[in-house]
Amino acid sequence: MINDILTVMWKERKGLLRYQGSRTRAVLGLLIPVVMLGIYLPLQIGRALVEGPWSLLTSVFIPMMSVGMMIPESFAGERERHTLGTLLASRLPDEAILFGKVAVAVGYAWGMALMLLLVSLVMVNVTHWDGQVLLYTPITALVNVALSLLMASLVAGLGVLISLRSATVQGAQQTLMTATLFPLVLLQMIPLLLLNVVPNGRARLKELVAAANPTQIILIVMAVLLVLDLGLLMAALARFKRARLILN
Amino acid sequence: MTETAIRIENLTRDFETVRAVDGLSLEVPAGIIFGFLGPNGAGKTTTINLLLGLLEPTSGRAEVLGFDTRTQSDEVRTRTGTLLEHPGLYEQLSAEDNLEFYGRVWRMTPAERQARIKELLTHMGVWERRKERVGTWSKGMKQKLALARALLHRPPLIFLDEPTAGLDVVAATAVRDDLETLAAREGVTVFLTTHNMAEAERLCGQVAVIREGSLVAVGHPDELRARAGGPRLEIFGRGFNDNVLNLLRTRPEVVAAGVQNEHLAIDLRKDTDVAPLVSLLVGAGVQVEEVRRGKASLEEVFLALMEEER
Repeated sequence: MINDILTVMWKERKGLLRYQGSRTRAVLGLLIPVVMLGIYLPLQIGRALVEGPWSLLTSVFIPMMSVGMMIPESFAGERERHTLGTLLASRLPDEAILFGKVAVAVGYAWGMALMLLLVSLVMVNVTHWDGQVLLYTPITALVNVALSLLMASLVAGLGVLISLRSATVQGAQQTLMTATLFPLVLLQMIPLLLLNVVPNGRARLKELVAAANPTQIILIVMAVLLVLDLGLLMAALARFKRARLILN
Repeated sequence: MTETAIRIENLTRDFETVRAVDGLSLEVPAGIIFGFLGPNGAGKTTTINLLLGLLEPTSGRAEVLGFDTRTQSDEVRTRTGTLLEHPGLYEQLSAEDNLEFYGRVWRMTPAERQARIKELLTHMGVWERRKERVGTWSKGMKQKLALARALLHRPPLIFLDEPTAGLDVVAATAVRDDLETLAAREGVTVFLTTHNMAEAERLCGQVAVIREGSLVAVGHPDELRARAGGPRLEIFGRGFNDNVLNLLRTRPEVVAAGVQNEHLAIDLRKDTDVAPLVSLLVGAGVQVEEVRRGKASLEEVFLALMEEER
């Protein structure tokens, strides 16, 4: 099974590097986040980027963006380019095809997030040097490593589930974008609702924030993400039916 | 390998209200090119998908290389090669990488992969272009590459779904030549669907004709031709007037007679002696330049079978 997953990963990686017309897109896709999160943000925020929770932005948004660009291609792309039938007619097990595709998208996004965390750390040290090397605390580093992996897996699980059902890559991209943006919008609306609907909302929100234990919140968020990741992967595996895919 | 490569028993597949395959029963002997002929929508591709275990039958069963397609589909797919409706090639990858990927899929060792890829691409005449992206290749070259992929892991059985469809005459001939020589050299059983009767006639040791999911006829192309009608006489020359045609139509051994493309075509009953007919024509004033004996083509047999079923 591991060998089969590695085989699918080999093909996905090759395709990723050589996708027609994507060289410019790939360079831009790499440059934009590097400039924004690796250079601009460290310049603006300075040492607070390393000392505060700002680095979490990289761990949340970079995996979302990177996986969001790649994973819609996974099955919808094979379907669109008429390569899915031949792949399904091969001896590869369902799990190998699915996990191989997910693993490449997650690996790429995770690597990208970690690289940006490192670039921004170097940038902060270079531009805001005060005589000693500034590092992420072990807890921040650990949270970033885990959070970026969990976020990448979350979007990959959701994206592959959507891609399995989509006739076109464009359709899969649009559905995935809606599916990932909707919870974010909802998350922004909850505090606003609290402020406007609940009596003394502002005071209550302040109390809530003051009473919150950041470590506990992060642990809860990560546990929820882990459960969601596993659930989505299981759902994708259950959805992966050769008979259904060959007919779509 | 079993002596029968494929055994199909009363196989049926429904899609909601449509019956795509209807009680199909068939045996495909090992080691031959087996033509599976039928018009568009006859159920050819669905049959291939059922045989590969990609679809489950509504009823009936099929065995491929001794494995049940419903319960042992993994075993079937492990031992077969495919060139389906589309070449299924990764156009952003090179020809070599396409084969390298499927070589890895079939767990060939690196040395095996390298040697086999070189052997097949050299045979197909595209070894020098192996590093090029497949997307830049012509349709004919892509079909050749897809054929190489189907044969890569030396499967005992390959499924080819209209491999020459949409190719120009030169490319189709090249693919056909490769298929013929490689199939013979490697002793592989080929399950070939095609619209092209000349292709089936040239390549296939046995053919089956299906219509609306049901088997209409099966046998060697010669058998089908013999079954479809008696011999045919084609006479080239001058003087094919109405009197001559009327004279011919009174003869008991003549089934039909007519002028086609400036030659006289006469369909005869079986075991007819031709010489007296030629003498008769000469006596009636026909200037005979050439006489050809022939049989109905597979295409004519196919069309006749389609008409019979209506």
